[in-house]
Amino acid sequence: MGRTLAAAIGLASIAAATVASAEPPAGAASCSGCHPASTRVTSPVPRLAGRDQAAIVKAMQDFRSGQRAATVMDRIAKGFTDEEVQAIAAWYATQK
Amino acid sequence: MKASRREFLKLGVAASTALLPLPALAQGAAPRVVVVGGGFAGASCARALRQADGRIAVTLVEANATFTACPFSNAVIGGLRELSAQQFTYDRVAADGIVVARAMATAVDAQSVTLADGARLPYDRLVLAPGIDIRWDALPGYDEAAAAQMPHAWRAGEQTLLLRRQLEAMDDGGLVVISAPANPFRCPPGPYERASLIAHYLKTKKPKSKLMILDAKDAFSKQRLFQAAWAELYPGLLEWVPLSKGGAVTSVDAATRTLMTDFGRHQAKVANVIPPQKAGRIADVAGVADGTGWCPIDPVTFESKLQPRIHVIGDAAIAGAMPKSAFAANSQAKTCAAAVARLLTGATPSVPKLINTCYSLVAPDYGISVAGVYQPSASGQLAEVPGSGGVSPAGAPRATRAAEALLAEAWFRTITDETFG
Repeated sequence: MGRTLAAAIGLASIAAATVASAEPPAGAASCSGCHPASTRVTSPVPRLAGRDQAAIVKAMQDFRSGQRAATVMDRIAKGFTDEEVQAIAAWYATQK
Repeated sequence: MKASRREFLKLGVAASTALLPLPALAQGAAPRVVVVGGGFAGASCARALRQADGRIAVTLVEANATFTACPFSNAVIGGLRELSAQQFTYDRVAADGIVVARAMATAVDAQSVTLADGARLPYDRLVLAPGIDIRWDALPGYDEAAAAQMPHAWRAGEQTLLLRRQLEAMDDGGLVVISAPANPFRCPPGPYERASLIAHYLKTKKPKSKLMILDAKDAFSKQRLFQAAWAELYPGLLEWVPLSKGGAVTSVDAATRTLMTDFGRHQAKVANVIPPQKAGRIADVAGVADGTGWCPIDPVTFESKLQPRIHVIGDAAIAGAMPKSAFAANSQAKTCAAAVARLLTGATPSVPKLINTCYSLVAPDYGISVAGVYQPSASGQLAEVPGSGGVSPAGAPRATRAAEALLAEAWFRTITDETFG
């Protein structure tokens, strides 16, 4: 039951993000410390804005499971639930 | 864990309802937010506030025309980088529609901030991001005059260059001593990155020299990684003396560059004293610092636990498990901005999740990192999410260390662009 409610909260926040789109969901604002928000920056770390939602989710799942090699993303991905990753990915997909 | 988060949400609602004055936006006026301090925390927050809600009138109060970044300043000390690469102006921040008031904030009351010239800036919400001040009363013999002989170089700028010049002027075979403070202090891995890059300089240019770290602690950030790298890169050159082996410096004599411990005295050719610290001065003036010298905050909004409608972010804040780093400051700034924007409309702030990533260079092509994910705990602190975070793997190949060194530089370009670019 706790899980159902948590999932409902997750969906609600995705819906809210899609409608309002102003405020990033929990955790999303921190990503731009390393993932450049601006196209001006040269970095091996990819921009997240406008990326495919499913691709971001898959990357986070693979970092978390160890399927995908990482330097820090394995350690960071373990700090997020599936619902949070979905919300973050949905929000970045709508950003320019 | 889910249940405790929901409990927290409920607590947050109750607390913010109790503290909220009439939201400015609900009254139809453009809400005014003043941010004091233009570092990674303050400048990021000012920008994030404008992004969150363009109706907010944001003023950034900063005494200096140029910001000099601490991250990578150890590379300047080690001769690997020029100070100009650390410096940023506020031109692009101002171009975002933020009023940049180039002045020292001298007083704070419940309605306004007073500047050195007597001007008053009224606010609906105030964000203090003052960084650190040196505790000049904490280490006998170490005052501002002593810092001209034994630089701290813990606020980047002239002090950074002074330490570099002293190293450059030293004859080969000299003893360099770094004194590292007890927790908490700005940039926990910083003293050890600095030791590494000074050791790199000595090994390259003055190989008969020695470097000693006198430490007031028995453990430090990324310790095993640093020590493994030191054994590999700087054997016989770099010695770490922990608290339990007499590392705590109890007084200094600047005239002779001597550092005293309970176990003896060390006369250095170059001495870098990283002294005890506290929140920047305005935190004390505003009444948001407690007996520790740092600022207790609500982990959802970063609102002070001591003064309503004043928020504290960055190194000055007591942010639970989050370290005092530029990444953490930037992450807190964006979280705080989102919360302030909501509070100004009378809405309830969302429960945040924050990230920290800190890179350290052990050599120009040898980087290591620590990362963490944080959320408010039931006890009202920012706590690490269980199972997340940690340091770079021990025993990783040099290619991994080289990759992290490149990522460190990319991180600096990215975060300084977001904050100042």
